[in-house]
Amino acid sequence: MNNRLFRKIKNHLFFGLILLSAALVLIPLFLVLKFVFVQGWSSLSLSFFTEIPKPVGEVGGGMKHAILGTIYIVLLGALIAVPLGVTCGIYLSEFGKSKLSKTLKLTVDLMSGIPSIVIGIFAYLMVVVPLKSFSALAGGVALSIIMLPIIIKTSEEILKLVPTHIREAGLALGLPRWKVILFIILKGSVSNLLTGIILAISRAAGETAPLLFTAFGNMYLSYEINKPMATLPVQIYTYAISPFKDWQRQAWAGAFVLMVLILTLNLFARYVLTKIKDKKGI
Amino acid sequence: MKLKSKTQDAVLFYTLRVISLLVIALLLFIMFVLTKSAWPAISKMGFSFIIGREWNPVEDQFGALPFIFGTLITSFIALIIATPVSILVALFISEYLPKNVSRIIALLVEMVAAIPSIVFGLWGIFFLSPLMKETIAPFLKKYFSFIGLFEGPSFGIGILTASMVLAVMIVPTISSICRSIFELIPKHQKEASYALGSTKFEMIKMAVIVPSLSGISSAVVLGLGRALGETMAVTMLIGNSPVIAKSLFSPAATMASVMANEYTDANTPLHVSSLCYLALLLFFITFLSNLLAKSIVKNFSRLR
Repeated sequence: MNNRLFRKIKNHLFFGLILLSAALVLIPLFLVLKFVFVQGWSSLSLSFFTEIPKPVGEVGGGMKHAILGTIYIVLLGALIAVPLGVTCGIYLSEFGKSKLSKTLKLTVDLMSGIPSIVIGIFAYLMVVVPLKSFSALAGGVALSIIMLPIIIKTSEEILKLVPTHIREAGLALGLPRWKVILFIILKGSVSNLLTGIILAISRAAGETAPLLFTAFGNMYLSYEINKPMATLPVQIYTYAISPFKDWQRQAWAGAFVLMVLILTLNLFARYVLTKIKDKKGI
Repeated sequence: MKLKSKTQDAVLFYTLRVISLLVIALLLFIMFVLTKSAWPAISKMGFSFIIGREWNPVEDQFGALPFIFGTLITSFIALIIATPVSILVALFISEYLPKNVSRIIALLVEMVAAIPSIVFGLWGIFFLSPLMKETIAPFLKKYFSFIGLFEGPSFGIGILTASMVLAVMIVPTISSICRSIFELIPKHQKEASYALGSTKFEMIKMAVIVPSLSGISSAVVLGLGRALGETMAVTMLIGNSPVIAKSLFSPAATMASVMANEYTDANTPLHVSSLCYLALLLFFITFLSNLLAKSIVKNFSRLR
């Protein structure tokens, strides 16, 4: 009898521990969200989106240059990573059993584990050193290496969802394999592949470390690919560690905009991807 | 001239192969470039770089031990906090909640992973570090000072603060892998345990945790990999001073944080090369931990 009671108590204690740890995970999430949204919203103004920073000491100004810079550099990174990533995704889904594709899979896993600061140093050595200047291009290269494994993985998964009988139907019509892949499998999955790309973009847009010594950042609006360019995360970092109250406020506003941007993209992509998988019954 | 469809296919096949080879070559190339730029430091200092305790760029003295210590201690504390929590949350989602609710909670946990590390850093500076200084540190000092790890004044930022934020950041990594492993457990295995008269706790212990142990350990190793390489949040919260201190309240520096802080200002060749040496070390540490995680999973699936 006593033993049974003991077991029951243990069972309840365990459930209590589980609830406690769920709280331990969710409370920081809500605190971060609340902090960013409350502080960010109150620091936000229209001029944040339309102005570039004012000189030190003057109140006001905004991060127009950094918002546009983030979009510019992320798209530049996507321009490099998407063709490579989708091609590798095709290779893995269509010819997944060869030795090379196994090596590629391992490479993808290892690549997604490289610390982002190390990627930053690599991009610095590869692009900044030869061109002798921090540049938007270097930032784009760094972000493309971050996006690449994500795009390869999601593309492979998405293309694998295309049922085999569709491939066979194409081949039965006498089409060569490349036409089946290009005009049937790929064309039918374009919107799904885009979702994977959005997921990669949402990850890259928040990266700071690889941009610190590649895109570097500046205080004015620039569209030149071979010059330093401001980005939201780096601008937030510069402002957050500064002693000026007004700059710290701006950092919060920047964090708010960055979070809205990233969470929207991320949640949208996740929602669509689960929908796709549900429909295919996986 | 029209190519035969077999030739056309060969063209496609080899294009795909070449591009895949390119991506594999990229990884090797990253390794090569890092090694090449670290070479001056490697050839000058060799192994003594790793055990050297003095980091003084002005005097051209470079020892990486404080940073290796900082990286290991923060990741280790983060793992100690995050591992049980992640496993329990994964169990909560997969075993306790009805499907609809569990989806929402799972989504919330994964949302933590989507938050950029700079935002965690910002939150850490303005929310967690004052909280640490005024509430958590005095509390730990009052009740746990006998452990010997909580000594000296807390300035809010330091090893413990950085580790706590790291723990929050790696929970989603560990728990989402654990969850996918728990979902592989066949239903009849759980029912068999219930049929023996187990309570839910005993069922989870017997039928869920024990068979998943190796999967869980690979999830933990992957979480470790993430913690080792995390840069921004740690840089903003650890205090950035290259010392090896006993107290968890004291500031320190990690391999990633010193790179973030010093790389743009490094002006002697040896300084730059030493930082590249650090990058190479960090690269290999994370590389090995990911490889380890992979091999655990591989052995695990062979056993099944």
